[in-house]
Amino acid sequence: MRHDHLISAAQLSRSDVEAVLDRAGDVADDLGASRDSCPGLVLGLCFFEPSTRTKMSFDAAAKRLGGSTIDMGSVESSSVTKGESLADTVRVIEGYADAIVLRHPSEGAAKLASEFVDVPVINAGDGAGQHPSQTLLDLYTIREEHGLDDLTVGIMGDLKYGRTVHSLASALANFEVSQHFISPESLRLPRSVRFDLHEAGAQVREHTDLEPVLSELDVLYVTRIQRERFPDETEYRAVAGEYQIDAETLAAGPDDLTVMHPLPRVDEIAPDVDETDHASYFQQAHNGVPVRMALLEMLLENHG
Amino acid sequence: MSDHQLRVSKIRNGTVIDHIAAGQALNVLAILGIDGSDGHGVSIGMNVSSDRLGRKDILKVEDRELSQSEVDVLSLIAPEATINIVRDFDVVEKNRVERPDRVSGLLSCPNHNCITNADEPVETAFDVISDGVRCNYCGTIIHEGIAEHLAVE
Repeated sequence: MRHDHLISAAQLSRSDVEAVLDRAGDVADDLGASRDSCPGLVLGLCFFEPSTRTKMSFDAAAKRLGGSTIDMGSVESSSVTKGESLADTVRVIEGYADAIVLRHPSEGAAKLASEFVDVPVINAGDGAGQHPSQTLLDLYTIREEHGLDDLTVGIMGDLKYGRTVHSLASALANFEVSQHFISPESLRLPRSVRFDLHEAGAQVREHTDLEPVLSELDVLYVTRIQRERFPDETEYRAVAGEYQIDAETLAAGPDDLTVMHPLPRVDEIAPDVDETDHASYFQQAHNGVPVRMALLEMLLENHG
Repeated sequence: MSDHQLRVSKIRNGTVIDHIAAGQALNVLAILGIDGSDGHGVSIGMNVSSDRLGRKDILKVEDRELSQSEVDVLSLIAPEATINIVRDFDVVEKNRVERPDRVSGLLSCPNHNCITNADEPVETAFDVISDGVRCNYCGTIIHEGIAEHLAVE
């Protein structure tokens, strides 16, 4: 992978993805071993929005590589409350850290940050934009289960504002994957993502119901329908129940169907799915550590 | 003498913007910040006949030549336009506008949640794509109504 920063999944070629996943596979084979490949690494964790999995997995990844992390803490306790710009914040942290992991509520924040610093910037979620490191762990999980070619993947839920969806769709376009997008009309993929998929020649179909396509899927990637995005509660209620799955729903799907979710879930996947062989979302979250270890190693190698 | 010449007389010095898509002349003036308040003569022809476009708009602005950034803006909303620079009644330059690969600092992003709409020290940048223009930061595509997002003074 020849990149200084990881801002968007769109920058990742097929060989970039394969290189990171191959390295992650090596890491995962003996995750408990002392890797110590980045001794002295100081990773800056800049989370302007709440995070559990992403933040802790980057923290764990840095420490398992022999490094450490510094954390700007909550927005409320940082200089952001004094009106400091993001550009200034990252320029200051650049002096403290060897790489910056940034989560921010505004789309394009990581891109902007990367223009102001020389250390690698990893986009850990920018508003409704992108979440490329999540995508790498999603792809790792899919590859472990099915490989990454000759696949049919369904992506269901809030496709409009779901940054994990935008990144995943973009990255899957590198592979022989038929993508089915299932959402209410009001939450279908944004024009920019559809444009990229079209330009990439991806095989794409859009649906409002899961049922007609379920039997074709190898992977069903579920995201939360975000109630707060709807202009009124009635409109939300009209669609929310249509996008919940349980073990009975999945009985109509293939036996080897893999169900994924970037988490946190609310009620879109019933707890009874956890007990089925379909449930892969906890393993998916666990995969975040080796994938982010591999990613950090490679970005830091590029940075010299 | 053609209909067109009757309506829009020759100018001594300035710019003639020809082959503007019919109905866009007032947008072009707004974009260029031309409202006549600086005393320059402005002639507007709208929906005049055109061999190439069928109907077109034409503008003649006296004593003013367009900058490159103004031409870039023009290219987005009037891609068929030609720009004639007139000096002493003669056309000394005749140029078709060319769509640039990218325009910087000319458009504001319609996505209110884009980082370029926060108070950050950054200029907007839009890649010109087949489908319109695309914010280089958040990826939002402006497909139509580009003129509504111009940030030019």
